[in-house]
Amino acid sequence: MSDFEQQLMAWQTKVDKLLSKRPERKDQFATISGLPVDRLYLPQEPGEEYAGKLGLPGEYPYTRGVQPNMYRGRLWTMRQYAGFATAAESNQRYRYLLDQGTTGLSVAFDLPTQIGYDADHKLAQGEVGKVGVSISSLKDMEALFDQIPLDKVSTSMTINAPAAILLAMYIAVGAQQGVSPEQLRGTIQNDILKEYSSRGTYIFPPKPSMRVITNIFAYCAESVPQWNTISISGYHIREAGSTAVQEVAFTLANGMAYVKAAMDAGLDVDQFAPRLSFFFNAHSDFLEEVAKYRAARRLWARIMKERFGASNPKSLMVRFHTQTAGCSLTAQQPKNNIVRVAFQAMSAVLGGTQSLHTNSMDEALALPTQEAVTIALRTQQIIGYESGVTDTVDPLAGAYYIEHLTDEIEKRAEEYISKIDEMGGAVEAVEQGYVQREIQDAAYEYQKAIETGARVVVGVNKFATAKESPGDILRVDPKVRIEQMEALAALKAERDNAAVEKNLAALKQAAAGEDNLMPHFLSCVQSYATLGEICDTLRGVFGEYQAPTTI
Amino acid sequence: MRKIRVLAAKPGLDGHDRGVKVIAAALRDAGMEVIYTGLRQTPEQIVATAIQEDVDVIALSILSGAHDYLFPEVMKMVKDKGLDDEVLVLGGGVIPESDVAAMKEAGVADIFGPGTPTAKIVEYIEANVKQRD
Repeated sequence: MSDFEQQLMAWQTKVDKLLSKRPERKDQFATISGLPVDRLYLPQEPGEEYAGKLGLPGEYPYTRGVQPNMYRGRLWTMRQYAGFATAAESNQRYRYLLDQGTTGLSVAFDLPTQIGYDADHKLAQGEVGKVGVSISSLKDMEALFDQIPLDKVSTSMTINAPAAILLAMYIAVGAQQGVSPEQLRGTIQNDILKEYSSRGTYIFPPKPSMRVITNIFAYCAESVPQWNTISISGYHIREAGSTAVQEVAFTLANGMAYVKAAMDAGLDVDQFAPRLSFFFNAHSDFLEEVAKYRAARRLWARIMKERFGASNPKSLMVRFHTQTAGCSLTAQQPKNNIVRVAFQAMSAVLGGTQSLHTNSMDEALALPTQEAVTIALRTQQIIGYESGVTDTVDPLAGAYYIEHLTDEIEKRAEEYISKIDEMGGAVEAVEQGYVQREIQDAAYEYQKAIETGARVVVGVNKFATAKESPGDILRVDPKVRIEQMEALAALKAERDNAAVEKNLAALKQAAAGEDNLMPHFLSCVQSYATLGEICDTLRGVFGEYQAPTTI
Repeated sequence: MRKIRVLAAKPGLDGHDRGVKVIAAALRDAGMEVIYTGLRQTPEQIVATAIQEDVDVIALSILSGAHDYLFPEVMKMVKDKGLDDEVLVLGGGVIPESDVAAMKEAGVADIFGPGTPTAKIVEYIEANVKQRD
């Protein structure tokens, strides 16, 4: 028996065992015309090249996916990013989404929250509740998850610079509901390196930021074991204008910097790496996108195994969330965006995503309306329940073009990673502005291609029509800030201010030393110290990041 | 004749700078001098830079929805400093159609939304930049 035949037998045993515990969605899968559909299709004679480059799903190098039966077992998590105005209003939207069949929450925070300012800060003027929910203290977090049982949902929080503090608030809300940290499931984005290069919501300089991130890794490995401690994000790199190759390269390079920082801090790679997760963009070049996810999985598995010596299979896997490309949406003929989003979402599914957000058609105009959000969710449900692509694993494997693109993206991403290695790693590459310049150059090339007509955007530079009158858009009432300011004033009057001062002083001392800061964040938020107070304390110790000029 | 000088600015906390950087590059390729001061500029900082750099144009970009507060704030300071006769102020980003009138009312000369060709902005600036002695 060949090596591969032995692997296949072992794989089959594993699948049988898995199915006895968790049966698939159906006993038998068939096409719409009744043709039977198998779990896995292989080349007629799988050779060494096949085994090395593609292998079996759920097995190294994970090109074909991270689970042996992928969506036959369970569909991806349909996770719609939402949040606006006050915690109470966002809570309403979450409960609506849960009622409509969404299976995980995804919290959008407003910019002051993301940058560690309370709603009453001067720089928060005009921003409170605009791009997400305003959270200034544990009080707001309690309202945000009111009547949502935290042991039943998984919650993704798009929060980076102050991620540790928001996680501490989530743990505290769980405690109030009687849910222990071990039961909490979810993700914090916590990916500061792409904030410096692409997204812009940084607070502190890289060194102390990396320290807080490793504090989170260590704390969660011990106390919040089901929590995804980071979502290493290519999404925003791509939104900022990168190519697919750059998205893979810069994301994995950032991932490598986190792994290295944690190992340098003395953590065991197989203890924290299983909780690393990723976040990619689904852009418009359908087959390139499918190949991109496959290439990222294969390349990361090899890096973790060969460079960092990880051996736990979970340390080697790219488990990822996908969001369709906001930057591909057009303000012109906005209903066309429904079609763009559907193709992009399909590419993420054919690429094996673990969770997915589909954008709403009106996002180039304003925050999405409820109707637009519902269509976006229905798009995922149609792919999941009607299209049939979920009935067999990695259905495009073996297509000449897909495998060529997968190889090519992997190779070119590796070349970028070597360049970044030569600079000393992702932190240095960002500090020097290299990553930013690569991305902005690609963005400008893309724009020029649209303007010369070399790249067609339907409804924009071809097939344009006279202006349609825009439909309904969602607005955030400016009085949200006033309400938040009043609530903050009331909070500061009623809380135990001596306890707040004591906890903030202890945090300050710990930040100047080397202790893990997570227990301090927890005691600060539980005494209702505000996000702004906690971040100001850290600003006093860590300083603030000054971005390099790249243009 | 001196080159047209443009301050490209990101007021507020919004971190989306793809658009502003693309515009900056395009204006530069069209022969203008462009100053870009990075993220998180307050209206005070923007107007101070505009004076210091003696610019002809201020191009503001916001995608977070805070334009409704921040564009008028910038315009108020532009007027306070007596720059409104000299400096052309433009806006871009995700600005709902229904907000455009209010932005113009506040003194922003025009708003350029997603999908605007950069050539159109170049043309607009060349045609509308204010005459200086």
